[in-house]
Amino acid sequence: MKSIVLVVALVFIVSIGLGQESEKNYGKLPSIIVKSMDGKPFNTADFSNDGKPFIITFWATWCKPCIKEHDAINDVYGDWVDETGVKMFAVSIDNARSSKRVLPTINGKGWEFDILLDENSDFKRAMNVNVPPHTFIVNGEGLIVWQHVGYLDGDEEEYIEIIEKIIAGEEIE
Amino acid sequence: MKNSIKLFGLIFILFPLFSFSQNFLSGGKVTGNTQIDAQLYTEDNKLGITDSSMNYKKFGMNGFANIRYSNGNFNAGMRFEGYLNPMNGFDPRYEGVGVPYWFASYKLEFLEVTAGHFYEQFGSGLILRSWEEWTLGFDNNIYGLNVKITPYKGITLKGLVGIQRYFWEPYKIDDRGIVRGLDGDFYLNDIIPGIEESKMKITLGGSFVSRYEKAIAKGFTRDSTYYEVINDDTINYLNRKTYEYDLPVNVGAWAGRMNLAWGGFNFYAEYAEKGNDPNATNNFIYKKGQALYSTISYSTKGFGVFLSAKWIDNMHYKSKRTEAGNPPMLDINYLPAISKEHQYSLATMYPYATKPNGEFGIQGEIIYTIPKKSKVGGKYGTTLTLNYSLANSIKKEQISPDVPLDSTGTDGYKATFFSMGDIPYYRDFSFKFERKINKKIKIKAAYYRQLYNLHVIEDDIFDKDFYVLANIGVIDFTYKFSRKHSLRAEVQGLWTKDDGSDVFAIAGKDLKIKKEDGDWVALLLEYNISPHWFFSVQDEYNYGNPANDMQVHYYNVSFGFTQKTNRISLRYGRQREGLLCVGGVCRYVPASTGLTLTITSSF
Repeated sequence: MKSIVLVVALVFIVSIGLGQESEKNYGKLPSIIVKSMDGKPFNTADFSNDGKPFIITFWATWCKPCIKEHDAINDVYGDWVDETGVKMFAVSIDNARSSKRVLPTINGKGWEFDILLDENSDFKRAMNVNVPPHTFIVNGEGLIVWQHVGYLDGDEEEYIEIIEKIIAGEEIE
Repeated sequence: MKNSIKLFGLIFILFPLFSFSQNFLSGGKVTGNTQIDAQLYTEDNKLGITDSSMNYKKFGMNGFANIRYSNGNFNAGMRFEGYLNPMNGFDPRYEGVGVPYWFASYKLEFLEVTAGHFYEQFGSGLILRSWEEWTLGFDNNIYGLNVKITPYKGITLKGLVGIQRYFWEPYKIDDRGIVRGLDGDFYLNDIIPGIEESKMKITLGGSFVSRYEKAIAKGFTRDSTYYEVINDDTINYLNRKTYEYDLPVNVGAWAGRMNLAWGGFNFYAEYAEKGNDPNATNNFIYKKGQALYSTISYSTKGFGVFLSAKWIDNMHYKSKRTEAGNPPMLDINYLPAISKEHQYSLATMYPYATKPNGEFGIQGEIIYTIPKKSKVGGKYGTTLTLNYSLANSIKKEQISPDVPLDSTGTDGYKATFFSMGDIPYYRDFSFKFERKINKKIKIKAAYYRQLYNLHVIEDDIFDKDFYVLANIGVIDFTYKFSRKHSLRAEVQGLWTKDDGSDVFAIAGKDLKIKKEDGDWVALLLEYNISPHWFFSVQDEYNYGNPANDMQVHYYNVSFGFTQKTNRISLRYGRQREGLLCVGGVCRYVPASTGLTLTITSSF
């Protein structure tokens, strides 16, 4: 019985996989409830930036490369916004242990991004994130066109290049 | 044979069926992620690791693959897991392969239903949280039904019923309890007309959870040969009856919470109570549990401060009353540790883990960024962080002079709400300095001072006879050669003392401080080529170990390659023994030597 269930599930998934157009099948953002810093529920399907591309990045206060990534982006964020109109949403996956330190941390660090709380990692799971930092770039139509895992010094340059390509209407590999 | 023919037949029928159904499934999307951790172990005389000490398990592999299908309001997914054999430090009961997690959910207007396995959290998790953490091997998913209703903007109601994961064991009647829960969350500014635009944002919430577990039939055993020796006189009992405990079948817990946000201020408090729940973790005492968790913070651009307090008593809440020990399984609730999770390896050598059956804790932190382009702050600003955390026992009094504390079958003890007991569990003071000097150079420096009650944290022995007092220093230096090339160097030192006269004033005079593993130095060099490559060499040297033959170099050489969401890394070296903690839940990792391959990917 168990094996039949498994086979049905696998065939189902494989046939759907084959049925998808192999090229340019960008995904939409899933609909998951996260919270804004003042406790207001926010549906992740409603992320938008007035038709302009935006960045969603998963992070946590205990994640060293995440903090590095945010520090680096924060240094150039003002220029990015002025030049491209891009916006960054930093989704914290801090759980109850550290979620209350998120607000003092972002303010204390002087970061200027929009922050959301995903305390039990529901949005993280729906976005298939293994470990933070994991960064997504979403185009003006709300489709996920690019993603990247980890952070090495200088990676932020790639993010802005992708954003510029989207705005210029170029293909994203 | 017959079965396999049936299966093939099924595939032939199903395949076109599903493929044709693509028309009305169009717009659907399959996504997923995977991680494979594999380790090849070698013998290491220095660490006393031989083939037989490893049970001849020369290779360990933990892997998972998540597959998720979503189409509009419909979602389904599953996670395949394999542990062949489980890697060093994971419970052997994980050995095997299978699908421990699958679900299907549908969302329509105000209603969302999930069938299968799910993760859920009520409030901060004091009475219910199911979650998973791959690196810990922790998974307490609930298998059942979960319903979410949003009847009105700002109102979220949740209800669930299910059973929890226990390694690979499928549920059998009465082999574990059934968990039922209800939760309501109310964001008042969306609900009450006229305060939508108020600066004060108020959220209220409440939850109720109950566990049903069949109790052993009430009865007694007769013992006719029982005798006692009192003052050299032997008393023979003709007929001694031993009654079994009348255990509660339903154990309930409730919690209430509140969040207030007002400009830069934020206040959160949650209080929870649990009904009497004699179980293996509390020595079968009939006492109720209590917990309080509260945080207040204020922040404005460039400055943040917060203070947290936590008090918990007898709050282990599991869906099977005989379950105890490591790894933690069948936990219904989550009681976060109150200390800070540090980022440098030596600073995490003595980590704190929650003591759910009695703990008082406070934590405070101040973060200040000296503004950019100021005299002191430099061109890019300088960030200073100060943190202090404390965990102690709670005050417990005997219920009567002739009943010792924690006596099985009694109320156990009397606890005073929000009291602080006299056994220090943990102290952690840290100070961090971060400064970007110019476009190329960034410097971080940190100092930590930790007092660690080894008996309490590692062995559940509640005394003051084994403390580690560690002073830790870290310097972290990054140099950017060019846009894509950078070098990072980390120098760390950890020094333990066997004389703690300077901490006695704050933590009490009767603590016995021992050197444990003694002094360490650590060096890390990491070369990064954005966006694909990193190379690193690391050595943690236990030069001050009181045992001469344990003065070991824990060296590691690794490199990694990242391409978008694919990441492969290979590491060779020694893993030191220690506790790996995420969110206050810890896993013991034994020492090992060998090659580690990690592959992660998502699509």
